[in-house]
Amino acid sequence: MAQTVISMKGITKRFPGVLANDHVDLELHPGKIHALLGENGAGKTTLMNILSGRYRPDEGEIILGQNGVKFSSPRDALHAGIGMVYQHFMLIPNQTVAENITLGMNTPRFLLPRTKIEEEVVRLSKTYGLAVDPGAHIDELSLGQQQRVEILKLLYRNVDVLILDEPTAVLTPSEIEELFATLKNIAREGRSVIFITHKLEEVLEIADEITILRKGRVVAHLSPGDVESRRELARLMVGREVVLKVEKEPAVPGEVVLELRDCSGFDERGHPAFQHMTFAVRKGEIFAIVGVAGNGQSELVSAIMGLRPLSGGELLILGKRVHYGDRSLSDEVGYIPEDRLGTGSIPNLDLVDNLVLTSYPRFCRKGLFQRDLAAAEGGRLLSKFHVAAPGVQALARQLSGGNLQKIILARELSKNPRLLIAEQPTHGLDIGATEEVWTEILRQRETAGILLVSGDLKEVLSLSDRIGVIFRGRLMDVFSVEDEDWIGEIGPMMAGVKPERRR
Amino acid sequence: MRLVFERRLHPSALAAWGGMGLSLLLALVMGGIVFWSAGANPFEAYAVMAVGAFGSLYDISEVLVKAIPLIFCGLAVGLAAKILLWNVGAEGQLAVGGIGSAAIALFLSPFLPPVLVLPCMVIAGFLGGGLWAAITGLLKAKLGVNEILTSLMLNYVAIYWLEHLYFGPWRDPMGMGFPGTAMFPETAWLPRFPQTRVHLGLVFCILAALIILWIFARTRWGYEIRVIGENPKAARLARMNINGYIFWVIFVSGGLAGLAGMAEASGIHYRLQQGLTVGYGYVGIIVACLAKLHPVGTLFVAIFLAGLLVGGDQLQAVMHLPSSVGLVLEGTLLFFVLGSDMLSKYRVRLKK
Repeated sequence: MAQTVISMKGITKRFPGVLANDHVDLELHPGKIHALLGENGAGKTTLMNILSGRYRPDEGEIILGQNGVKFSSPRDALHAGIGMVYQHFMLIPNQTVAENITLGMNTPRFLLPRTKIEEEVVRLSKTYGLAVDPGAHIDELSLGQQQRVEILKLLYRNVDVLILDEPTAVLTPSEIEELFATLKNIAREGRSVIFITHKLEEVLEIADEITILRKGRVVAHLSPGDVESRRELARLMVGREVVLKVEKEPAVPGEVVLELRDCSGFDERGHPAFQHMTFAVRKGEIFAIVGVAGNGQSELVSAIMGLRPLSGGELLILGKRVHYGDRSLSDEVGYIPEDRLGTGSIPNLDLVDNLVLTSYPRFCRKGLFQRDLAAAEGGRLLSKFHVAAPGVQALARQLSGGNLQKIILARELSKNPRLLIAEQPTHGLDIGATEEVWTEILRQRETAGILLVSGDLKEVLSLSDRIGVIFRGRLMDVFSVEDEDWIGEIGPMMAGVKPERRR
Repeated sequence: MRLVFERRLHPSALAAWGGMGLSLLLALVMGGIVFWSAGANPFEAYAVMAVGAFGSLYDISEVLVKAIPLIFCGLAVGLAAKILLWNVGAEGQLAVGGIGSAAIALFLSPFLPPVLVLPCMVIAGFLGGGLWAAITGLLKAKLGVNEILTSLMLNYVAIYWLEHLYFGPWRDPMGMGFPGTAMFPETAWLPRFPQTRVHLGLVFCILAALIILWIFARTRWGYEIRVIGENPKAARLARMNINGYIFWVIFVSGGLAGLAGMAEASGIHYRLQQGLTVGYGYVGIIVACLAKLHPVGTLFVAIFLAGLLVGGDQLQAVMHLPSSVGLVLEGTLLFFVLGSDMLSKYRVRLKK
């Protein structure tokens, strides 16, 4: 292939408990759009944060032209011609577009020649089709326009490598078209563009080169011409792994514990997050909703948990209609949230406080919090669930991810719920902890109906009895885990590809 | 070689306490530089301050007199901060608490049995401060209005209202033109410890600190407040009434500051006059920060800062230095303690 602008060799980055990048190699070529494809948590953003100087790699090197370089800040990387548009924009809301674009530059040193800057911004806007008013304040702009400002910021600095982190997440379909045209323009000039995404159709539409990351490792370097089908791409991205053997009896479905009738809901920004959801979960079964993160799962779960309103439809828990804003929390519903530290626990409080978070009224009498009772119960739970902790007085944040998850599991299961909702219950856990969590969830199936929301195929195939695939807020299909023909279709369906075979 | 800062995964108790000690030392050094630049011998100045504040039983009693309103205000700020709210309006709540208790003392006491006058003043002081803060609480809980702004603005309203009362309608007709209300009847005086100006407010504020400690450790309210303050998302998941707590915690916080006003009016001045609002509400913020919001810590920090204030006054009398040096020391201390708080979360290393 043609010459290389930059190559990353053997890049490894560890975070406490996580291997985010594992000896990743990547080469960038001038004039090419390079798609970095992978699921959430695959290590794409970490890798690009290393390239853009925000993180330093633990191992490996970045070679620019002929020389190895070490960036100690994004400024160094910018100086070397590498710039990144982050998912969360780095703009000052109450300053103008032109002011934001020159922000952080050393030249001009003192006076800002406003008209000159604005003229230059207008010229760049026209060249690349990035229409934006240089005098407008950022907080007047839509997210799509703000993104253009971020791109202009990099073009103004004349970077050779532009990195965009999930740029289409905030855009409308027509804005996406415009963005793609712009990126092609930019590449045509000989610059390299890196495009982080987990959306297959975008990759096939725009990329000249594709690198697929899974669990921190490169699983494939491809060019779009080599890709036979979206299905193949999806399999590479999601992986098709051996099902871990978990002892499991066939399900004996009992009464309905959770029922959704044509439910719809919005996301934070008021866009539809999930639509026309209709399904039921029965006691004695595990129903899994599987999908790539960001397809409406988390909004669906918050709606079921009563943390956000439905925009339509009926929700029944244990046969009773539930409304948003009902303040009672039923002891009969257990919830294992995706965000362990942010939602599931209180990092700065001790394990007693954490273990009673959703059941504390049981330990309160006449307004007094009976801490002795709670501590005794907490100690019992610690040993029952094999939590490695110095004692109930340890703080939640001192625990490892696996032990923290066991705390949450212990808390929710000790209520003996009749409905259990488990959201990514083993995300980021090691194999040992994963198996323990799985065993506990399976045991609960005897007395409860379980809704499992996961992006991990292995987990879904190991645990569930029925599977529903979610894509863009809709259920693609629902089928039994026994149905072997369908299992191969899960990966493609997660990426929005309808199965070829008709039932 | 360069310095690198690495975030500690586990906070170190040694770093935290060492940092505290170091910041105290650094603050003293900085203060020393201030003394030196004002032409005084720093060691002599510190000696004068220490003797002035703690040199005799009477000096200590004067420190306690100043500590009482600081404790109330520190508890007020600390309580609100536990639920992630910054009540910077303790000064105004103190003023309105003073107004409320003075209303009882001046206008209602003739109609009350003498033993009920003080209890009614305590209630009126608490309600005055609490209702004043409730404006902030209501705006925050219902509309999400930033409590820092509203509580700060209301300080000015409250202080001008207080001044209006003792310059205007409540001014003592026999007061020879001095601004101030008439003296409260004796039934409205908080009893003092013999030979000192230390009044019963000291007992009340210590009790208040212990009650707050007990509420946090042993009651359902305390549990819910701790959870809301540490992780509102988890509190929402557990269906806690977050907005309700925001309102009531600000109300009680204001009530505590109101008690500071009541105690000052009824234990020291025996009337409303200039000198009731001298910044205890603001120093209360520093007290709460230095005590890391701990109620019992608040007691000790308040006494220490009161010592700085009393010692600072001595500097003026003995060495003719401005008494505001005490405030300078207070400021540098806060600066270093907050700094060490941040720094103790990191490990500093030399790296090649």
